[in-house]
Amino acid sequence: MALIEANELNKVYEAGEIKVTALKGLTFEIEPASFVSFVGPSGSGKTTLLNLIGCLDKPTSGLLKVAGMDIARFNRKEGAIFRGKNLGFIFQDFNLIPVLSVYENIEYPLMMVQNVPAAERAQRVSVLLEAIGMSEQGQKFPDQISGGQKQRVAVARALVTNPRLVLADEPTANLDSQTAYRIIDLMKRMRDQFQTTFIFSTHDQKIVGEAEVIYTLEDGELQGREAGKGGIHG
Amino acid sequence: MGNLFKIAVRNLWRYKRRTLLTASLITMGVIFVLVFISVSGSFKNMMVGQITDSMLGHVQVHRQGYVASIDNLPLNLNIKGQGFRQLEALLKQQPEVAAYSPRLKFGGLFSTFVETTNIRLNGIYPEQEFKTVPLLPGRVSQGKRTLERGEIYLPDLLHKGMGAKVGDTVVIVATNQDGSVNGKQFKVAGVLESATGPGGRDGYVHIEDAMEILRLEELEVSEVAIRLKDFDQLHPFTAKMERLVKSIGGPKSPVRYEVHSWEKLSPFFNIAKMINLLTFFIKLMLIAIVLISIMNVMIMAVYERIREIGTIAAIGTLPGKILSMFVLEGFCLGVLGTVVGNLVGGIILYIVNLSRISFEFGQQKGLILFVQFNPRDLIVISLIVILVSVLASLQPAFKASRMEPIQALRHV
Repeated sequence: MALIEANELNKVYEAGEIKVTALKGLTFEIEPASFVSFVGPSGSGKTTLLNLIGCLDKPTSGLLKVAGMDIARFNRKEGAIFRGKNLGFIFQDFNLIPVLSVYENIEYPLMMVQNVPAAERAQRVSVLLEAIGMSEQGQKFPDQISGGQKQRVAVARALVTNPRLVLADEPTANLDSQTAYRIIDLMKRMRDQFQTTFIFSTHDQKIVGEAEVIYTLEDGELQGREAGKGGIHG
Repeated sequence: MGNLFKIAVRNLWRYKRRTLLTASLITMGVIFVLVFISVSGSFKNMMVGQITDSMLGHVQVHRQGYVASIDNLPLNLNIKGQGFRQLEALLKQQPEVAAYSPRLKFGGLFSTFVETTNIRLNGIYPEQEFKTVPLLPGRVSQGKRTLERGEIYLPDLLHKGMGAKVGDTVVIVATNQDGSVNGKQFKVAGVLESATGPGGRDGYVHIEDAMEILRLEELEVSEVAIRLKDFDQLHPFTAKMERLVKSIGGPKSPVRYEVHSWEKLSPFFNIAKMINLLTFFIKLMLIAIVLISIMNVMIMAVYERIREIGTIAAIGTLPGKILSMFVLEGFCLGVLGTVVGNLVGGIILYIVNLSRISFEFGQQKGLILFVQFNPRDLIVISLIVILVSVLASLQPAFKASRMEPIQALRHV
């Protein structure tokens, strides 16, 4: 069963009398544990699509099911609960919480969203700190670590709840090439270890090159689907 | 909850200067209110103490209609012998009563054999009166602090105006209930300072001397002053006595009695009410200070952290938890200001007491202001500040919790 099903998905933004169509009639399916990239120029609708898949926004028309749930039916609280249980987010600007240490940032979704007991939190955070190679930096705060380290922490935070799907909007945009590859490698290892589906919105050819499935968007329309060179699912 | 507190405290500490400035503002407000309430409250209590303990007593019982015409000192509205005995029996049964004193009040002429003027006299049992109004002996500025039969305490006004000195013989002439006139010689035992200021024509004689002048064969009293063991019992005791005095003389008795607390008998009560009103407005100012400063800080905090709010909302933090985070920040600010304010306020009050500030009230000079730190005031002020802090945080916190994550994440 597909993790994500989109059928004739449309999104129109309205500002007064002006209507901007961001997505036009998108139909696609994404399988579990895949490594998918949405590519396209700025304004093509990548971020809009990720926002819809991430239950941060609602489609104007069409059907979008994530993990079997019609996301258009969620109210604010249901959306938050669904995101907390099933989704992880990786942001272009890392978006770590500055008053929390590296350890606490990773722990945050377990503690504040899923109310996981302390002992289990400690065990899961330690595993991820080890996985991202930052066991020694757990007590540091975001302003004490590099950009690459911040994005590794963001990846760990997205994965700590064992989500079914991680959405990453331009995750390597603010990273140098070497760091970007390390992050991609980390995400692939995480995918292999936890069977998590990763969906990217990106311009970055490094990520595009590693994706198993690549969807191309242009002017809000799906132009094509191709198998990437990283693909076993493609 | 502990984790929410941790995040709230860290977010406050993140903007140290702003947090400290806001907390200082609240601290100053708390100090100001605490010191004002304590000093004015203590001043008020001392004044009330002066009035009740040197003159009025805490509660008085009169025959119905007496207080309405108290300026005339009407003898026909005295409490008669049997009524007084029943009242006395009633008072002896009340555990709240520390002491009581019957008074026979009348107006008369005061003569030094050279000059004559009018005087208001209180016939008292000195021992009972001094127990009921224990500051009365302290008002004796000249002479002895005991009053025997045949002696009179003279008001300072007549001592100065008439030139009557301690040890002099004077004459009191009064009209009794039948309209006949009687006189009696007295020896001046002491001079009484007025409790409330210049003026005052009240003298004191032994109640049996008063009965003799008024040709009363049986004891009659104009009023019974009562001193309570606990002043805080004033209102419940007054209400209780109002019920109890109805039983005196039986249900068919035409004579009725009235019970008055000191508040109904002294104009100073209006000043005390004004002090209470001032205190109320000072508290309102504190509320305004806390409300505006906390709201300002929390609005800024929400505005500056819109992307963070978007991030935690996207991660799945429920709106209620986001609301709690910001409300707790306001709460912590309020608690910080309250704790520091109470501590500093307490130190200031301690220093005020060490300084032994003296003041005058009426003819009373050199009264030392002893500021009492009322724990109830402390609790009330603290609760007001903390409650207002939470209320002031609610609107910004609610705004944060209702933010659409997608719009918050786009915020630059």
